Amino acid sequence: MKARTYELTLTQKWLKRFYILLFVVMAFTGFGQMPIFKRYYISDIPGLGWSADFYTTHYIHYLGAALLLGLIMYWIIDYFASGRSEFKLTATAYVRIILLAGIVITGIFRVLKNLPDVVFSPGFTLFIDIAHLGFMMLYLFAALIFLIFKSKWTKGIEA
Amino acid sequence: MSTNISRRTFLKGGLAAAGAVAASSMPLPASVKGDTGQELATLIDIRKCIGCEACVEACQEVNAPKFPEPKKPYPKMYPSRVKVSDWSDKRDVMDRLTPYNWLFIQEATVTVDGEEQTYTIPRRCMHCQNPPCADLCPWGAARKLKNGITRIDSDICLGGAKCEKVCPWHIPQRQTGVGLYLDILPAFAGNGVMYKCDRCYNRIEKGELPACIEVCPEKVQKIGPRDEIVKEAHAIAKQINGYIYGEKENGGTNTIYVSPVPFDKLNVAVGKGPGKPGLQPVKDSMAHADNLTKAMVIAPVAGVAAAVGKFYAASKKRPHGEEVNK
Repeated sequence: MKARTYELTLTQKWLKRFYILLFVVMAFTGFGQMPIFKRYYISDIPGLGWSADFYTTHYIHYLGAALLLGLIMYWIIDYFASGRSEFKLTATAYVRIILLAGIVITGIFRVLKNLPDVVFSPGFTLFIDIAHLGFMMLYLFAALIFLIFKSKWTKGIEA
Repeated sequence: MSTNISRRTFLKGGLAAAGAVAASSMPLPASVKGDTGQELATLIDIRKCIGCEACVEACQEVNAPKFPEPKKPYPKMYPSRVKVSDWSDKRDVMDRLTPYNWLFIQEATVTVDGEEQTYTIPRRCMHCQNPPCADLCPWGAARKLKNGITRIDSDICLGGAKCEKVCPWHIPQRQTGVGLYLDILPAFAGNGVMYKCDRCYNRIEKGELPACIEVCPEKVQKIGPRDEIVKEAHAIAKQINGYIYGEKENGGTNTIYVSPVPFDKLNVAVGKGPGKPGLQPVKDSMAHADNLTKAMVIAPVAGVAAAVGKFYAASKKRPHGEEVNK
């Protein structure tokens, strides 16, 4: 019995590239919610002037969140419909999924909080703000470690 | 102008003090007593304001325990473009918003039917119904309370001034040298604490009126459930053939002004600048975000549809009778 490497299909390869790009945009616009881009000259870089506008970064972050939610739902359904017969998720994939779930769930509460007439308690508001940032930092750290050790999301079905 | 000042000086020593004594410990209206959680709004009838600044003084007095007490010298901040915002030696400034002055009287001289008229307008945080300062605060330091107050928690705020930038009226004001940032990375992150009107949330919790309302000798302001306040504002506006500001601005606020003069005229006449907000029309700052929230509901449905579609197409391509899972 030997674990095989799972080769991504062409569609999966493009979706993976889209996911990475989306995550970079989400991370950038997410960090841009803190007032640091102007302070640290990032918005002075030619072409990045928009990053100092909090409404612009917020708008892009929301747009990215909608795309990310669509992509995640696609993957979940696709995995249970056909994917699990073709590949297995690695242990590091489960770590990523847990952290991603943390980002998404706290993000959903953050969006709900921003709706008119939705008011959370001060403690809960603070918790979701810090937890959203914390999960993202952990995800980026984990992704870096997994990249160094070349640990993928999937592996082939054992022969 | 000069008549206004002399009138103000007179009133400061007379009417205001008398009003303060008479109104001391005045409770909230019975309809809003206790923490019922309903959204409260204030009605400001600018016809009644005489510019005596009794509200400004009462605000400073009542909120003095909340004011910043910074320690000097302030830590050096990097990079050099980060500037110190220090109002601690200018605590007596009353003609604009500062960390030590959360309410000021704005003056507008306008010509109506060929006659010059001067209006004085109490200005402070509008307490928006969907406040961008609270929505976009990255730490949850600025937040909206169920009773319609938007307040900044000075124990959590890092003084990044994002709230000031996203506020359409740029209300919150920063004081360097106080707050949580001093305990984290004072040189590299944060720059103090942001301050603004909290509509005396602690007095309202006890069933008391905000100080500015309680002390006003002319009863310029009134507080009550928002729907009642809006109804009353419309009734006054209809009666005087007047105008309303704050009901729809920025998607709706909990500070409703009524004026006999159009607000665009007043907006041109008031002195605007840092700490001096205008009376301009304001679109709902969070409308785009609210619309995109709908996209966040639709996107997962689209994702599910795409995955089901893919599975259906693949199963149609398979020869009849072939098992899916081999």
